[in-house]
Amino acid sequence: MSNGRVIKAGMTLATIAAICTALVAATWHLTRDRIAANEQAWLEQSLQPALAGVFFEGSVTESMLVIEAPHDLPGNDDAIVYRVYSGGEAVAALFAVTAPDGYAGPIRILLGVRVDGTVTGVRILEHRETPGLGDRIESSRSDWVYQFDGRSLGDPAVARWKLKTDGGEFDQLSGASITPRAVIKAMRETLLYFEANRDALFTAPATRTDE
Amino acid sequence: MSSETFIDRLGTGLWRDNPGLVQLLGLCPLLAVTSTFVNGLGLGIATLAVLAASNVLVSATRRWILNEIRIPIYVLIIASLVTCVELIFKAWFPSLDRSLGIFIPLIVTNCAIVARAEVYASRNSVAKSLADGIGMGLGFTLLLMAVGAFRELIGHGTILQRMDMLTGGEAMPGLVLVDGGWLLAILPPGAFFALALAVAAKNALDRRRRVVTGATLRRSLK
Repeated sequence: MSNGRVIKAGMTLATIAAICTALVAATWHLTRDRIAANEQAWLEQSLQPALAGVFFEGSVTESMLVIEAPHDLPGNDDAIVYRVYSGGEAVAALFAVTAPDGYAGPIRILLGVRVDGTVTGVRILEHRETPGLGDRIESSRSDWVYQFDGRSLGDPAVARWKLKTDGGEFDQLSGASITPRAVIKAMRETLLYFEANRDALFTAPATRTDE
Repeated sequence: MSSETFIDRLGTGLWRDNPGLVQLLGLCPLLAVTSTFVNGLGLGIATLAVLAASNVLVSATRRWILNEIRIPIYVLIIASLVTCVELIFKAWFPSLDRSLGIFIPLIVTNCAIVARAEVYASRNSVAKSLADGIGMGLGFTLLLMAVGAFRELIGHGTILQRMDMLTGGEAMPGLVLVDGGWLLAILPPGAFFALALAVAAKNALDRRRRVVTGATLRRSLK
């Protein structure tokens, strides 16, 4: 390739790259509001299962509170709390926390708690546990997570918030012990945190997410 | 070639040189997403849009593109188009986008698209390249739909489930014929079986047509 050809090739590539970038930028500009709205709606919808039986008005995600690490909640990354109010009264809180000690990496958990400390629902948001064994923590694979519905720190006592093998109250999953142990530990720590910080949690202003 | 009409080009893509059935290109997304009809149709539409647009852009710029840099330019054009399609899906068909997941961005790696750019669009006019893109895209889409419908029917026992992902509105269970089906059909092996049946069916049809036209020809010669 002669010098002239190299320069021409470079110019052509640069021009086409600029045009393509403009095309993508224009599409992004046209779609970003809709995409943001869709993601918001999806998040709102995916939070519902952990709030079974809780009556409230309005949006859950508006009351998002980011608790920056380090904190007393499980996990080493920022935790997210959604507060649920009804008629100005606090009714429940939803915690999105990370159990750091899963079998194959961290497990993201969504835990709903009523003001009085009873669990309204638990769902697994994200995990990499073994298919067929550890993945039965998912509500779609087994009903393991439902055993926590309606329980609280007094029922059973804190010391009994463990797997049966560890001297606790809750069923294990056959073939997997590390996974459910990590989930229960994270739940226990979250409930303890909720008990200790309840009033402060519900009065804290929502974290702004606008850029 | 010069007398070839728009319709001829469409037919080439739809049947004679169908990218999936004959060229056996783009099999990775074909096998991966066709567990239901609506998934197949969704990925088909996305691929069709990218293929038609990339053929037009490659054909329109073919005079200025030096031979040495043609491949990076195809990659640039195809990658940008796929990004646009992905954003459009996220904005207007969010549940379909979640269902297809990584396979929308992976349209970039569908070799049927770069193959059409290299083999056809870089050597033909914009109009012909558009016809080629639409024909090949439709051919691919129809195959995805057929394989998807077949696997859904056998594997789930339903027809047209979750069409709401394309049309919007309430979740639709589709027409439930049997509750639950033969699981193998929606697992990866089912995809291979379904594709093999589709290829075999095409070959059988083509052979029959050849025999029939041969017989007519012999009769007219007598």
